[in-house]
Formats: sequence, structure tokens, C-alpha cells
Amino acid sequence: MADAHAAAPHGSSSPLRHHFSSMAAQTEAASLGMWAFLATEVLFFGGMFAAYLVYRSLFTSAFVGASNLLDIRLGTINTAVLILSSLTMAMAVWAASKGRKNLIVLFLVLTIALGCVFLGIKVEEYRQKFEHHEVPGPHFVVPEGLPRQSEIFFSLYFCMTGLHALHMIVGVGLLTWLILRARRGEFTVEYNSPVELTGLYWHFVDIIWIFLFPLLYLLGRHTL
Amino acid sequence: MSAPDGHGHPTLRAYFLVFGALMGLTALTVWAAFQHLGIWNTPVALAIAMTKATLVALIFMHLLYSPRRTAIVFASSVLWLIILFAITLSDYLSRSWLPIYTR
Repeated sequence: MADAHAAAPHGSSSPLRHHFSSMAAQTEAASLGMWAFLATEVLFFGGMFAAYLVYRSLFTSAFVGASNLLDIRLGTINTAVLILSSLTMAMAVWAASKGRKNLIVLFLVLTIALGCVFLGIKVEEYRQKFEHHEVPGPHFVVPEGLPRQSEIFFSLYFCMTGLHALHMIVGVGLLTWLILRARRGEFTVEYNSPVELTGLYWHFVDIIWIFLFPLLYLLGRHTL
Repeated sequence: MSAPDGHGHPTLRAYFLVFGALMGLTALTVWAAFQHLGIWNTPVALAIAMTKATLVALIFMHLLYSPRRTAIVFASSVLWLIILFAITLSDYLSRSWLPIYTR
């Protein structure tokens, strides 16, 4: 009994679950499951994009004017930071597929660092919005020369970027957990699904931002 | 670059090329936003965003190297998203067509 367990690569808990015939089958099933989860996430964010579409078509000038109050410089920097973090995440998945423990940890740490830079810049942007009374609610002051429906734009801005930031925070948590496991040498050429699936999640959050950036920051710049 | 057996991984070179393309497209979309394209500003921005999203999904997320059914699962979510947008907008955008409804 003890001998049979010792033969498994990681003591008593082999990464291959007994209900899968092979590691390849397990990896494929895990990946498909993650994609199915991401499909639900598309529709989760999709509801907000639909709300954005409706109110933007109803109050176009308010949206254009309010959008121009966002900081395009910080928005562009954040887009670049997030794309770079997607590259380091892809490299971490690549390192995991080669079973290179130290490289996995290095790229995961870089990804977390870039994720934190993104969130830090986001905090600074939110701070400016609070300072300028552009946060919807009792202290909202309608910006000069704009229709009062600009408050709807800022509501959507905070909901959409807030939900996105929440996903980033969850992602940073997942990456931390991966680093701890990678340091224990749990990821090998054979078994690295957790790194790959977290990678899928991280890239998906990047895709959401790829759509948020032009829709929130860029829509009215040509009117300036 | 593509793996015919559907189980390969992209090379590091592919990752760097996609990264460069994503950065270039980001610069392009910011530049295009300041141009006077009339009604075309938003379609251009969305076309660039969809190109970037497709690159991320195909290469970074290995969709190009995954079994076809994975792509079908993800494409189905996009299909439902289009249905969500189409039915929602068919209501809001058509309201002004009828004289009985005034906002």
C-alpha cells in the first residue's frame, strides 16, 4: 500500500484523478470547463455592455462629453501595462509547459507586479474622480456644459471598470496561489493545468479591458 | 505557426509578435480616436478592439491550437451576446418609430 503511493510523483496525491483515463483527457476536460466558465463571463459583462449600448444611444452627447473627462493618458498606459502582463502570463504558461520551475515563478511574479501597477493607476483615476465630484450619488456635480445624464456615463464607468478591477484582484489572488504551488515544484511537463487555466482567465480579463478602453475613454475624442 | 494536430503550443516568437501587434494596435486606436471620421469613429475603434481580442484568444489563449469544440463553446457565448444586443436594441431603437411613445 505505502509502496504504491510512493510510486506516485507527488506522494499520496497524484495530480491525475482516478476518473480520468489519462492526463491528456484530464487536461482537455479542465480546459473545456474553463472555456465554458469564460462563456458565462462573456454574458456577465455582456449585460453591462448592453446597458452601455442603450444609454449611449439615448444620451449620446452626455456620453461623449463625460468620456472626454476621463484621463486618456492613464487609460492608455494601463492598456499597455495589461497587454504586457498578458505577455508575461503567456510566458509563465510556456515555462510551465516546459516544467521550468524558476521561470514559472519569475513570470508569475512579473504578472502580479504588472497587475498591481494597473490597479494602482486605477486607484489614482478613481481618486481624481472623487476629487472632481464625478462619482455618481449625492455628491455628484454635473460637469459644466454637460447634460445631467453624464451621471449615467459615470455610473457605467464605475460599474464596468469596477467589475473589471474586481476580476483583476481575484486574478492576483489566483497568481499568488500558483506561485506557492510552483515553488513546491508541483507543476511539471505532465501536469500544469492550474497555470494554463489561470492564464486563460487572465487573458480573458485583458480582452474585457480591450473593449472597455475605446468604449469608455476614446468615444468622444474626435469632438475635441 | 499553427499545429495541425491541434495540441501544439505557440512558440515564444509568436507571443512576441502578438505582443508587438497588440501594442501597435493600441497606438493606432488612440490615434484614430482623434481623427474626424464622422460616424466611422466607433466602428473603427470596435474593429481594432475585435482584432486585438481575436489575437489574444487565438495565440495567448491557444484557441488556434485547441480542439475545435473549445472554439465552438466560446463562439456560442458570442452568439448569445449578439442575441442579447439585438433584442435589447430592437426595443430601445424602435420606440421612437411609433408616435404613441414619446420620451
